[in-house]
Amino acid sequence: MNEATSHAGSVSVQHAHDVTGMPTKVHAREVTVHYGEKQALFGVSMDIPANSVTAFIGPSGCGKSTFLRCINRMNDTIDICSVGGRITIDEQDIYDPSLDVVQLRARVGMVFQKPNPFPKSIYDNIAYGPRIHGLVRSKSDLDGIVESSLKRAGLWKEVSDRLSEPATGMSGGQQQRLCIARAIAVSPEIILMDEPCSALDPISTAHIEELIDELRENFTIIIVTHNLQQAARVSQMTGFFHLGKLIEYADTGDVFQNPQHSMTEDYITGRFG
Amino acid sequence: MSEIESAMSTPPRTIGQELMSEEGARRVRRRYRADARFRAYGIIAICIALGVLAILVGTLVSSGYTAFVQTQVRVTVDLRDADIDPADVRAANWRGIATGAIESLFPDLPQSDARVMRDMVSQGAPFIIRDAVMDDPALIGTVFDIEIPASDRIDQLNKGAIDRDSPADHRVVTDQQIGLFDQLEAEGRISTPFNTALFTAADSRFPELAGLWGAIVGSFYALAVCLVLAFPIGIAAAIYLEEFAPKNRWTEMIEININNLAAVPSVVFGLLGLAVFLNVFGMPRSAPLVGGMTLALMTMPTIIIASRAALKAVPPSIREGALGVGASHQQAVLHHVLPLAMPGMLTGTIIGLAQALGETAPLLLIGMNAFITAAPDSMLSPSTALPTQIYIWADSPERGFVARTSAAILVLLGFLVCMNAIAIWLRSRLERRW
Ligand SMILES: Nc1ncnc2c1ncn2[C@@H]1O[C@H](COP(=O)(O)OP(=O)(O)OP(=O)(O)O)[C@@H](O)[C@H]1O
Ligand SMILES: [Mg+2]
Repeated sequence: MNEATSHAGSVSVQHAHDVTGMPTKVHAREVTVHYGEKQALFGVSMDIPANSVTAFIGPSGCGKSTFLRCINRMNDTIDICSVGGRITIDEQDIYDPSLDVVQLRARVGMVFQKPNPFPKSIYDNIAYGPRIHGLVRSKSDLDGIVESSLKRAGLWKEVSDRLSEPATGMSGGQQQRLCIARAIAVSPEIILMDEPCSALDPISTAHIEELIDELRENFTIIIVTHNLQQAARVSQMTGFFHLGKLIEYADTGDVFQNPQHSMTEDYITGRFG
Repeated sequence: MSEIESAMSTPPRTIGQELMSEEGARRVRRRYRADARFRAYGIIAICIALGVLAILVGTLVSSGYTAFVQTQVRVTVDLRDADIDPADVRAANWRGIATGAIESLFPDLPQSDARVMRDMVSQGAPFIIRDAVMDDPALIGTVFDIEIPASDRIDQLNKGAIDRDSPADHRVVTDQQIGLFDQLEAEGRISTPFNTALFTAADSRFPELAGLWGAIVGSFYALAVCLVLAFPIGIAAAIYLEEFAPKNRWTEMIEININNLAAVPSVVFGLLGLAVFLNVFGMPRSAPLVGGMTLALMTMPTIIIASRAALKAVPPSIREGALGVGASHQQAVLHHVLPLAMPGMLTGTIIGLAQALGETAPLLLIGMNAFITAAPDSMLSPSTALPTQIYIWADSPERGFVARTSAAILVLLGFLVCMNAIAIWLRSRLERRW
């Protein structure tokens, strides 16, 4: 499946030979985004495989976050933002007016750049999602979800004895892992991460990278990062954005070792960006 | 090498060298002096503010503290021969009984001086004796002592507000009254206890009987109505405007109007209340209900503005976090934004209410400055409020009301301080870090 399509002004390789061998989870065609008058994304098309990690890289302001936020329609919350094109998840058009955006966001979790735990207890942070979605029948069910989410986020050992303490009292790295636990507690299918490690030290970062690798088994993960090594380490597919266009999208090995586009090469070799 | 050396010999000075130099040191000293000056200005400003406040409170206390005590005369009442029907105590000749009791204080005086004697104690004496007997019917047919407030003049005399040495025609008490007072004092019948009537009695024509209870109840009812109306409406409006309203010309206009409303003089709200509530809807004059509704109009913009600021201060990341796990917009607001904004909203509300408590003009316009001698027993019965009571007393000629006006202002300030203290306490209690 090596089909390269060119779009007005941008050469995008939608999917190079897909090393993951996984079916397509997110399918985006000609996605454009305007913030008021200003266009931020120009016809982005890509197929994101299920149960794999896809990384978005590119210089600041190139539209990575914008595209990421299209996938769970977080851009809806910005009044001036308008999205064009088509994005489907499992063949379902997520901009279909009949689709419930709240349910979409339950299926597509998000972890933000800055850890943003709720100013409540650690337990309540995790329990919030399952509670509002009615995923649990009893307190013990909920306890089970909280425990398993924290375990999968690699946080259980550190916090099991202080679940009722405020989440805001934890370290930055712990808070970010809590946010990941909070996202996986509602069992989404896709987890979007926007520079999840940019506020963290190397040890916490390593923690989260390991975690991402483990989570891949059950979730489709899309991660925005400025750390190229991180992209190379954790992802199977990498998309390179520049000035609102998807310049190159291929499996991570190819992008880093054998980039097709000179701009990609310049960026990953540090000549600009 | 020599080129480099010559370049080194006249290098641009580094910032370190710059700071060490004579001129640099001077600059640092100048900056220190500027800092010190700046601090001094701040301290001076605070001192001036505190000084003015101290003068204000000092004047009020010095002119008002005497109103917190009241001269009382112990009168002996003899009901052995009185004709009192236990089934209808009220109907007895209390005026006569009181006159008899007062005259018995001065057995040496001729009957022609009855008026002088009566002027020694409050004209409310008959009612005070009557109420005491109605409270305790066992007193019928006995002789008992009762404390009756002295008349305003005697009260002033006792408190030293009247100069005994000034010419007799310059003072409101005659030499004879001074003599009678000294006689009572010598008999140990004069006492000066805490003036509980100030807090338990309603207004009266006689300062020695007048109290703030009616005004306090009136203000309480009005504020309760104001709170019940302004708080939910204000908060709902703020939440809608801040969280849900589309940003368009309409909402922009509403915003501007709300901000302008907050700056409208309160007397205008009074006129509005008069025109709409009284004239159009025909609601009763002087009623705390109408007062509260008028005050609510005035308080609402304050609450809306404070609440919107509190909502704005909640970091968007919290909202996004909630939306990110699939909370609906409404859930994100109710579960996460609102609890965080609540302390700010409550503080704004209490400050708005404190403002309303001190507001006089709108209440004057809807007639809450009427002379009313009983505390209101419902939101619809006529009443005064604290600020209008102050206004009434400040307008009264009797000496006793001068001190009482200051005392009433102190009471009002006391309530305001309490409300602000509650606001501060709430804020520190509820405020959470994020
Ligand atoms: N809320 C917004 N309103 C207006 N313009 C926006 C908004 N968010 C992003 N933009 C614009 O859209 C473009 C893409 O922004 P985006 O945040 O997607 O970049 P990014 O690739 O994530 O950058 P970074 O790496 O710095 O996070 C930028 O030019 C930015 O100015
Ligand atoms: Mg970004």
